[in-house]
Amino acid sequence: MAASGAMQRVGSKSADQYRLLDVAGVTKYFGEDLERQVCLENCSFGIAPGKLSILMGPSGCGKTTLINLIAGYEFPDSGSIMLEGTSVSGPGSDRLVVFQESALFPWMTVYGNVVFGCKVKGLSQMETTERAKQILSKVGLYEFRERYPSQLSGGMQRRAELARALINDPKLMILDEPFRGLDAMTKELMQEFYLKLFEETTLTTLFVTHDLEEAIFMADSLVLLTHKPGRVKEILDIDLPRPRHFSMMASKQYFDLYGYAMGLLAEESRRAFDAGSLPALDAISDPI
Amino acid sequence: MSLNALPLKIPDVTVRVLSYIRGALSVKTLEGVASVVAFVALWQAAVFVQVPYISNLPYPADVWNSFAEAARTENYWISWAASLKRIFVSFLVAQALGIPLGLFMGMSRSFKQILFPVFEIVRPIPPIAWIPLAILFWPTEELSIYALTFIGPFFVIVLNVMQGVASIDVSLKRAALSLGARRIDIFWKIMLPGALPSILTGMTVGIGVAWNVLIAAEMIAGHTGLGRMTWEAYTNGNIPLIIVGMASIGLAGYLCSGVVRFIGQRCMPWKNRF
Repeated sequence: MAASGAMQRVGSKSADQYRLLDVAGVTKYFGEDLERQVCLENCSFGIAPGKLSILMGPSGCGKTTLINLIAGYEFPDSGSIMLEGTSVSGPGSDRLVVFQESALFPWMTVYGNVVFGCKVKGLSQMETTERAKQILSKVGLYEFRERYPSQLSGGMQRRAELARALINDPKLMILDEPFRGLDAMTKELMQEFYLKLFEETTLTTLFVTHDLEEAIFMADSLVLLTHKPGRVKEILDIDLPRPRHFSMMASKQYFDLYGYAMGLLAEESRRAFDAGSLPALDAISDPI
Repeated sequence: MSLNALPLKIPDVTVRVLSYIRGALSVKTLEGVASVVAFVALWQAAVFVQVPYISNLPYPADVWNSFAEAARTENYWISWAASLKRIFVSFLVAQALGIPLGLFMGMSRSFKQILFPVFEIVRPIPPIAWIPLAILFWPTEELSIYALTFIGPFFVIVLNVMQGVASIDVSLKRAALSLGARRIDIFWKIMLPGALPSILTGMTVGIGVAWNVLIAAEMIAGHTGLGRMTWEAYTNGNIPLIIVGMASIGLAGYLCSGVVRFIGQRCMPWKNRF
């Protein structure tokens, strides 16, 4: 397995364009026979290691489906998804998802949630405890470890979920609109928190959002999808320097990128709107 | 201010007694007592003014005297013991068979497709309609009462558990799979706790159904039990004792529901800590 993985890795792209995740020509249908609809069509993009990529597109363009394919919950009808040269064949702790709605196990304490992965994999008690302590302190939840998820605020729940993923050392973190539904203040704090975490660890991240400001502020590259069927419209490199700071949101470079991306998004959102998909305006409803 | 924060260290027992008294004097308890007192007063008044159709109703005091008399007889307590034992055994068996069956039906589509149609046909039959068959089929009356008391809660439990499993958010299962859970982990750590609220709903409803069926079965087929006692009071024309029997059944049902609720709170600490 490892050997063939290495061969494919060499064969796929030149060395400087090495991709941790490679989505190649992915097509996915929904429904059966006559009612079959194309959800994703010939989607191709890659994620370089240590980079934060953001996936954006109008509502219903198949972002969540794409996430499900990458996570291994569903399988593409054609095309391939490779992680480090190995084809994705099911869910695994090398790609962990933080979901739109909290997917913490309500019947486990914060601690129980965080050590879930270690426990089912049979790690030793001592190692598990040590790692959990470390990771819980990092996300600032060590004092809350005996609480149940329902006793936490929205922001704390998201941090707990991040901790539950991070403890497994994933190669790729997938965040599907993780900060949706949080109040503006908490959302900003969480963005800052994740950004800091990312800049410290350079943990390869795929991030889905509806919020262009958030996207440009955080991303190394922006993958824009088209309205139905979902295709890759354009991939933008965001070359704002790191570490990012809120002051950069006032720079000319930021505004240029924002304007350009907004133009592309608005185009797709209008198409979605004209096609009758109302929530499609999500993407352009954020005032500048 | 919590009692523990006082400079003088108060013994734990005292703290517990104090908090118990505070609990006993809470508004909720007082409201409960007031409600019962008001009910008895209304009853007294209704008999006093001879409300039509219920003019034969004895006064609360007569019923109380009848209870005091019955409570001195061994027979009364044997009735309690007989009914409680039947409920306990039948209910336990219904849970022991119903919960696993419900879990499997919720988890396996083919299992459900095979069993569910039969379930949907058999389930609407009121458990009381099983009485003739139960009496004919089971060798002893005692066994037929057990069987009847089993049937009632059994269907309730199976359907509740099945629905409980189906209602578990798919993202929880996916999260568990991503984190490396195997099928057996999914069952014990996701499906079972996820279905627990529904299991307990099923138990709460089921215990009520069990009492319904038990009392009917005892009246028709039994020699002992609270239902039988009430029926015999009727055949003897002893109205106060009928009411004593009814009140005893009510109290027994209330106690059983309380036990189920208590178990529920113990099993689901994440549900009641806020």
